[in-house]
Amino acid sequence: MSAPRPLLRGRRKAVNALALGLASFATLLGLVVLVWILGTTLIHGAAALGPHLITQMTPPPGAAGGLANAIFGSTLLVLVAVLVGAPIGVLAGTHLAEYGRAGPFAELVRFVNDILLSAPSVVIGLFVYQIVVRPSGHFSGWAGAVALGFILLPVVVRTTDETMRLVPISLREATLALGAPKWRMITQVIYPAARVGILTGLLLGIARISGETAPLLFTALNNQYWSMDLGHPLANVPVVIFQFALSPYDSWHSLAWAGALLLTVFVLVVSVLARTLLRGRTN
Amino acid sequence: MRQQMVPGGAPEATARPAPAAVPEAGPRVSIETLDFYYGETQALRGITLALPERQVTGMIGPSGCGKSTLLRVLNRMYDLYPNQRAVGRVLMDGENIIGPDVDVNALRRRVGMVFQRPTPFPMSIYENIAFGVRLHERLSRAEMDERVEWSLTRAALWEEVKDRLRNAAGGLSGGQQQRLCIARSIAVRPEVILLDEPTSALDPISTLRIEELIDELKRDFTIAIVTHNMQQAARVADQVAFFYLGELVEAGPSAQIFTAPHERRTQEYITGRFG
Repeated sequence: MSAPRPLLRGRRKAVNALALGLASFATLLGLVVLVWILGTTLIHGAAALGPHLITQMTPPPGAAGGLANAIFGSTLLVLVAVLVGAPIGVLAGTHLAEYGRAGPFAELVRFVNDILLSAPSVVIGLFVYQIVVRPSGHFSGWAGAVALGFILLPVVVRTTDETMRLVPISLREATLALGAPKWRMITQVIYPAARVGILTGLLLGIARISGETAPLLFTALNNQYWSMDLGHPLANVPVVIFQFALSPYDSWHSLAWAGALLLTVFVLVVSVLARTLLRGRTN
Repeated sequence: MRQQMVPGGAPEATARPAPAAVPEAGPRVSIETLDFYYGETQALRGITLALPERQVTGMIGPSGCGKSTLLRVLNRMYDLYPNQRAVGRVLMDGENIIGPDVDVNALRRRVGMVFQRPTPFPMSIYENIAFGVRLHERLSRAEMDERVEWSLTRAALWEEVKDRLRNAAGGLSGGQQQRLCIARSIAVRPEVILLDEPTSALDPISTLRIEELIDELKRDFTIAIVTHNMQQAARVADQVAFFYLGELVEAGPSAQIFTAPHERRTQEYITGRFG
């Protein structure tokens, strides 16, 4: 083999430079947009930050106020969604990983779960509107929590299934070789071994649902006042941002920015926590 | 072909210096005309072999000869996999342990197993031992402490871990982890211990410690060990069984197998001509 002719080598270098340039440009474009979004949120949001956010209620137009009822409402919605969705998700994931394995029923459930995982959240909102809001006759916190639970569920099912299947067969055999029944193997050996992965999935799910807006518009709606009643419309950060940002009032705009910043920081912290957990496992 | 090794009269002449310690005993486990199948593939053919009480039976042979398969029959490990099945009889105290009515969990308490790679559970050293014990017995706290100390001492690990029983077992070295697995197995007080290449993932010093341990443990337990290491078989086993292509070619006192095997295939394998 002789060295490539100079002409060919020049062409190859040109193609390389072009590909590298396009790839770098695409990366840069993505980064610029991301920094732009985060920067705008940070600048506008930081200007609106203050203790009033957590001490005062959402105000009527023109008046001063905060986001206390919305922050509390969001926390409540996410909490109830986790309390309902996480146990069902972990149990379903356990069934897939330990009992269904690669059987046809388990594969079907995994397929349906994947569809649910990528279902548009507005569809889930409409679905819950139809099965909860319409029969009960009014919007409610319960409906909101159920909608968020439906979004959380497939995330938990999938991560539980996948992390439990990663537990080596040797550990299973070693447990059963001591004369342990299968349920004790699952609860006392497999769960501890898969704990970090399951928890990470749950955190990522929480990050996902805490910013969801569309499903809450059809379910929890909003509430201008302090309320702890899940049976009635409940204030929550995403819907407040939606309503305030579309309004013509400057004071509402700045509260919307503050809410956006709070949400972004929360999601960031939860994601970092999830990553830190995962890293801890590999060490 | 000698398949049964029933020690008669005199203690058999082993290669090791203290054969007087070997008690005379009948078989603890009797395997009779055992066939084993992975789906359609037959992996064991007509195996008949006895594991004498409180002696070490070494199982040797090239990879895929069926020695690990045989070990996994003795504690019904193959039950986990629906397409595997055993045909024949394996007797313990007159009961056929591969029969359909056997309580498999109770059997596995009586027949413990240690695997090729250490498999510590994701919990503390103490809990690794206590987990198995709790499956079968209700002990007070003091009794459990005692049991943990007893089993770790028998596994020659107590001195190294007694100050960190609450630490995670994953922090132990490979050799320590394997001794922990042995301690875990003996903590439930089994009658038989199956060792599936227990030192193949360990360094020479850890290997030596485990071999010494096996010598110590046979005073109380009947042991079967699968090994690819001929020297190891010669060092630890009282009886050696040579497997080839799913058949038991020959079994006998280890001194006889390693010095004067009856079968040509055994001779060729132990002298390294194949396998």
